[in-house]
Amino acid sequence: MHDTLSSNVGEEPSAPARGGQELTIAGRTLRSRLLLGTGGFPSLEVMAEAIAASGSELVTVALRRVDPRARGSLIDVLADAGVGLLPNTAGCHTARDAVLTARMAREAFATDWVKLEVIGDEDTLLPDAPELLLAAEELIDDGFVVLPYTTDDPVLAKRLADLGCAAVMPLGSPIGSGMGIRNPYNIALIREAVDVPVVLDAGIGTASDATLAMELGCDAVMAASAIARAQDPVAMARAMRAAVEAGRLARGAGRIPRRTYATPSTPDIGLADFDQGGVELS
Amino acid sequence: MILLNGERSDVHAGETVVAVIARLGLDADTRGVAVAVDGEVVPRASWDSFEVGEHARVEVLTAMQGG
Repeated sequence: MHDTLSSNVGEEPSAPARGGQELTIAGRTLRSRLLLGTGGFPSLEVMAEAIAASGSELVTVALRRVDPRARGSLIDVLADAGVGLLPNTAGCHTARDAVLTARMAREAFATDWVKLEVIGDEDTLLPDAPELLLAAEELIDDGFVVLPYTTDDPVLAKRLADLGCAAVMPLGSPIGSGMGIRNPYNIALIREAVDVPVVLDAGIGTASDATLAMELGCDAVMAASAIARAQDPVAMARAMRAAVEAGRLARGAGRIPRRTYATPSTPDIGLADFDQGGVELS
Repeated sequence: MILLNGERSDVHAGETVVAVIARLGLDADTRGVAVAVDGEVVPRASWDSFEVGEHARVEVLTAMQGG
């Protein structure tokens, strides 16, 4: 009776929130724990508004062939927004392509930070673990600050952190699926397995998913499609900002354990006894 | 034949990277652009001296919206 169920994921009552309010990755301090993807917005104007509403200070960009007919400069809009750029290697399927793309990004954007993606399957866009490890090692040797998009496998996350990655970015569920965090146990295990920041990446569908990620102990959340493809991206950006803050606060506060049976929230002491003295209540 | 962003181009061997990217409306001062020739990054500082060879594959990349 009154057993605590075994689902204590992310519920260690004494678990302190790691670090202060600010997030530090590779010596760089970010006041916001929400990272934004720039893909999928209906326009650059909406993207800029959503970035402002989210409070994010770091946003991802991809690298693609110059289109002379393209209108508006993404770089200029992001510079005006005052955010840092985190180039990704989206679309790369081999370590070789990802490494070259990262080097191109370093040249184009004058940053040695890279969100390393090496995709192994077109339908699920799941990471290719062996290629990811190869690319991470080569880029770290080349002086990059590597933030790898990885599966929710604690062992792989540990291997990436041991290589020298500045953070790990495990997926909650496939990119753009909006399925939330399918294996919260593994996300909590990753938090325990590595000493670098854990940034929940991919799968976030709505605000509660971001809150859960933070409650599980993640240091930050990356949201892309969940905001950009929402019916009202600016409102969703605002919601995500609040959700990340709420989850972080709840994690630090230490939630109560789950129990099968009720525990009264009002004490019995001093409870009136209306059956004594022959009083009948109807 | 020199390929510029995957398409046949009128670029000739011996032209500099600056001359090549001018065909895309870019110059040496354009922000957020990187160039690779035959799979190797050409640093911006070398754009006005690096000459593309016969059958070169030139990739000119810039920022695109993405997660």
